[in-house]
Amino acid sequence: MKDLTFGTILAVFEEIFGIGLFWAMVVVAALVTMAYLYVLIRDHSISWRKFLLAQLSMPIGAIAAVWFVLVMTSSKLTDLGGPVDVIVFLGIAAAGAVGIAILVYTAQSLVMRQPKSEP
Amino acid sequence: MTKLTATRRQFFGLAAGGAAAAALAAPGDVRAQVATKARIVIIGAGAGGTALANRLVTRLDGAEITLIDPRVEHLYQPGLSLVAAGLKPANYVVTKTTDWLPDTVTLIAEAAAEIDPDAKTVTTASGQSVAYDFLVVAPGLVLDHDAIEGFSLDMVGQNGIGALYAGPQYAAATWKAAQAYTETGGVGLFTRPATEMKCAGAPLKHTFLIEDIARTAGTRGKLDVHYMANNNSLFGVPIVSEKVRMLFGDRGITPAYSHVLRAIDAGAKTATFDTPDGDVTRDYDYIHVIPPQRAPEVIRQSGLSWADKWTDQGWVECDMASLRHLRYDTIWALGDVAGVPKGKTAASVKWQVPVVEDGILAAIEGREATETYDGYTSCPMITRVGRAMLVEFDYHNNLVPSFPGIIAPLEELWISWLMKEVALKATYNAMLRGRA
Repeated sequence: MKDLTFGTILAVFEEIFGIGLFWAMVVVAALVTMAYLYVLIRDHSISWRKFLLAQLSMPIGAIAAVWFVLVMTSSKLTDLGGPVDVIVFLGIAAAGAVGIAILVYTAQSLVMRQPKSEP
Repeated sequence: MTKLTATRRQFFGLAAGGAAAAALAAPGDVRAQVATKARIVIIGAGAGGTALANRLVTRLDGAEITLIDPRVEHLYQPGLSLVAAGLKPANYVVTKTTDWLPDTVTLIAEAAAEIDPDAKTVTTASGQSVAYDFLVVAPGLVLDHDAIEGFSLDMVGQNGIGALYAGPQYAAATWKAAQAYTETGGVGLFTRPATEMKCAGAPLKHTFLIEDIARTAGTRGKLDVHYMANNNSLFGVPIVSEKVRMLFGDRGITPAYSHVLRAIDAGAKTATFDTPDGDVTRDYDYIHVIPPQRAPEVIRQSGLSWADKWTDQGWVECDMASLRHLRYDTIWALGDVAGVPKGKTAASVKWQVPVVEDGILAAIEGREATETYDGYTSCPMITRVGRAMLVEFDYHNNLVPSFPGIIAPLEELWISWLMKEVALKATYNAMLRGRA
């Protein structure tokens, strides 16, 4: 890759999704992350009950992310051909799992206004 | 553990500060613009001409940039292989030429009819004379379909004839013929010309894809697939050629060496090849035709071509590192038309554009150019639906992987396919805008 700079990567992502959708997704991701940090700071502790549900949703996020990538790229699981493919595959699954966990945890915290006091 | 005790206001203050810092850190082209009144003419608004125009307008202040190209449609040519395998619709590769051009350039939507390198003028098809200080020739190349006896483009899509290079509608028609072949089977002949050609990987990709699609459909046993190489190798880079030979062995694809298509008889479904042992005629049920490829007539008539190399093809005589014309120092060649040993791909264009840009800027500023092109070419060689090899090489037939140790160039990988599917067109578009 010639000139693989941050600006190039940004330009490529803008082309993949379109400028509007890409930056909308960046804003949504930033808002969810900020909301997550906000509820952590607001509640002064992690709610393990909410975290349990977030954890339970992780496999769903992982499967959904992998399914999305496979469908969008006309590929199937048997196309994985080398170690780097397995790493990419696991990375996609992990991203989906962590993403949905943060989303579920944050959504619960924001919906249930008053955090329960926990030991 | 210390408890976090930020207030809501502190939190949002922190977040806003972070966002501002990120915005400040966002990169931009920090190089100063060069003030000039230079008249720069670019023949061709394809991948090379468009990308160069977009880069020049950000680097130059006051230059008069004119593009000359009659084509209304801009084609994303790397996508044609996918269209011809039914993986993308024909409109996947089509945009408008004007979609990509900056407002500050002038587009003359005509063909260049004559170049006078001594008077430094280009004459268009309607007779308009355009004077230049610097000229970039990037008109692409011409597919010489007439050179194949008995073949014409209206045959594509019927009676087992495909020709994906000819454009999006022909690539879609090629899929029609190829799909029928994957169902009914028989002998498939996948050809390539003996001239220099766009993306020498594409004939191989088409062969691999049609074979794989038949395999997935469960009809592979009915197909007898032959790859007709133009010389005694399957690819110009020896190490890649060997890998392809092994893959052909694995897939049951039979290579025929030094078979150059000369004529087809569509009625009898036979093809005649020039071989070292004389004419050879073969029956086919499906044939993929890629015609000889040459520089456009205007280049050859204007005395810009090599006199002693590629004399039947007419590529521009230029320095292989700087792409500057060897006899006219105000002319550069860019893209398919350049008379260099490798580099008729969009990936090559991406590497060549900064070299031509630097050459022109250096000429304006009166300094030595520093950027050079070393023949970089990239070919995401699709070996089946879902896998590809990310083959990258240079003039010296060396492999030059972009991700050494991570993405192996001669391994069939899903990640290479993902890059082709997701990132390639996006990178191409970013290149057109001068941003990659």
